[in-house]
Amino acid sequence: MIRIENLVKHYGDVQALRSISFDVNDGEIVGFLGANGAGKSTTLKIMTSFLSPTSGNVYVNDQNILDHSLDIRQQIGYLPESNPLYPEMMVYDLLEFTARVRGIIGKDFRKALGKVVEQCGLQGVIHRQISACSKGYKQRIGLACAMIHDPHILILDEPVTGLDPNQIVEIRELIKQIGQEKMVIMSSHILQEIEATVDRIVIIDDGIIVANGTSKELIANLKGRTQLALEVKNVSEDSVHTLKATHPALDVSIGPKDGETFSLSIEYERGSDPRESIFKHAVDSGWVILEMSRHKIQLEDVFRSLTMEGGSNA
Amino acid sequence: MHNVKTIFVKELRSYFMSPMAYIFLVCFTLFNGYFFTNTFFLINQSDMRALFSIVPLVYLFFIPVITMGLLAREKNIGTIEVIATLPIRDWEFVMGKYLSALVLIVAGLAFTLVHFFTLASVGANIDFGAALCGYLGLIFVGAFYAAIGIFSSSLTENQVVAFIIAVVIVLVFFLMDKLLIFVPHSLAGIIQYLSVDYHLSNMSRGVIDSRNLIYFGTMIWLFLTLTIRMVETRRWR
Repeated sequence: MIRIENLVKHYGDVQALRSISFDVNDGEIVGFLGANGAGKSTTLKIMTSFLSPTSGNVYVNDQNILDHSLDIRQQIGYLPESNPLYPEMMVYDLLEFTARVRGIIGKDFRKALGKVVEQCGLQGVIHRQISACSKGYKQRIGLACAMIHDPHILILDEPVTGLDPNQIVEIRELIKQIGQEKMVIMSSHILQEIEATVDRIVIIDDGIIVANGTSKELIANLKGRTQLALEVKNVSEDSVHTLKATHPALDVSIGPKDGETFSLSIEYERGSDPRESIFKHAVDSGWVILEMSRHKIQLEDVFRSLTMEGGSNA
Repeated sequence: MHNVKTIFVKELRSYFMSPMAYIFLVCFTLFNGYFFTNTFFLINQSDMRALFSIVPLVYLFFIPVITMGLLAREKNIGTIEVIATLPIRDWEFVMGKYLSALVLIVAGLAFTLVHFFTLASVGANIDFGAALCGYLGLIFVGAFYAAIGIFSSSLTENQVVAFIIAVVIVLVFFLMDKLLIFVPHSLAGIIQYLSVDYHLSNMSRGVIDSRNLIYFGTMIWLFLTLTIRMVETRRWR
């Protein structure tokens, strides 16, 4: 497992990570979510030994990453965000080079090569020059390089950025499949992508962790308010005032009028469900309800509320 | 150690996968050939000494060209992030790259042997020992300049900037003993000892003094160590 403790990173005057702590267990797919510039890549770069933290520690299986850098690098497969590859190299040569550095040669290499070529669908490009490959293939080549040594830990920084929808589905399936046996940490700023793939979500904003849990837990934990949108006919100002007076917990506002119909927006604290009493009031006041809908909180709202309002409700 | 070899092979391949190696070898040979044969028949002596003063001049621009991309390009295209997260030590990475450049330089030198064989077939009283020592000297100078080149490449991610820095540093060592007359007498000895020409001219006369070997060894070690330190600082920025 990976344990991250109070990670802080400064780039000159810029504080990229303020304090990052979280754990990742074996066999878990963790999505690392945050807006651009929130500190996702910096955290992953520290976990992969590319950068050193200003302070704080990363432990992989209780070994400190600074003291056992080479050992830990051997256990990790990493796909950087920009997926840098040597354009002049052949795909085969790059995979062979990567494997050789990992100590995989000869028969072992041929076996590993066969496996990643099949997993990543590289059959058509294996003897092509990398500069001649499409973006989708390049992404898969990067992924193949990260997986050639069958690592325990796979760290993928925005693995599906720039791919077309079909490729995204393929890569997502691949990640899920790998995640059955291995620890996968993938970052993204696109929520749907993470939601569909991972077991657990860690949301980072402005260098701190603002949420950590399954998508259900995150939604359940979202404090704040729920909104009801109503479209009603035969509404008088007085009856709205009565509604306000009898239900002080509701925040009622009258929206634009469209002919006979008004739109009403009613906000209330989560936990209560005033729909029934609103309905009764409507009947008593002679309102005709054309539509009543509750805005269902989705993960996207969690993400927005955490990353746009300063993240104080985590 | 096997990582040095892996990096070395990869780098050498990528020299030959791009036009770089071919352009270097052809131009290096042509330039040296032109300057050498230009005066060769005028002087009319079976002597290789002229070549040993021309090659360092050609080195001045050619070595920075082949070394400028070694580290700067890795940083520029971002592949340093892949390399740094593979289980490779920084010194193995630098040494593998350095040796590949060195092999390319020695290959370039090998092409100038054509002048030696010409001389051997038409000339008389050739001092083979001096020629051998001279070539050894040229290899040392090439190794020294390549160390300066890879160091310059570690300073920036822009290859043009790396090239210019390398030319300037090489030029300083190249010109040192030509500027001796402007230097106070007390410093002259040190400046002379630091200059490349002083050590090379010793060797091309056929004298191998331990002082010359120590000079080249120290300089190469110094610049390679600085390069490795520069690569390491990346993590702390």
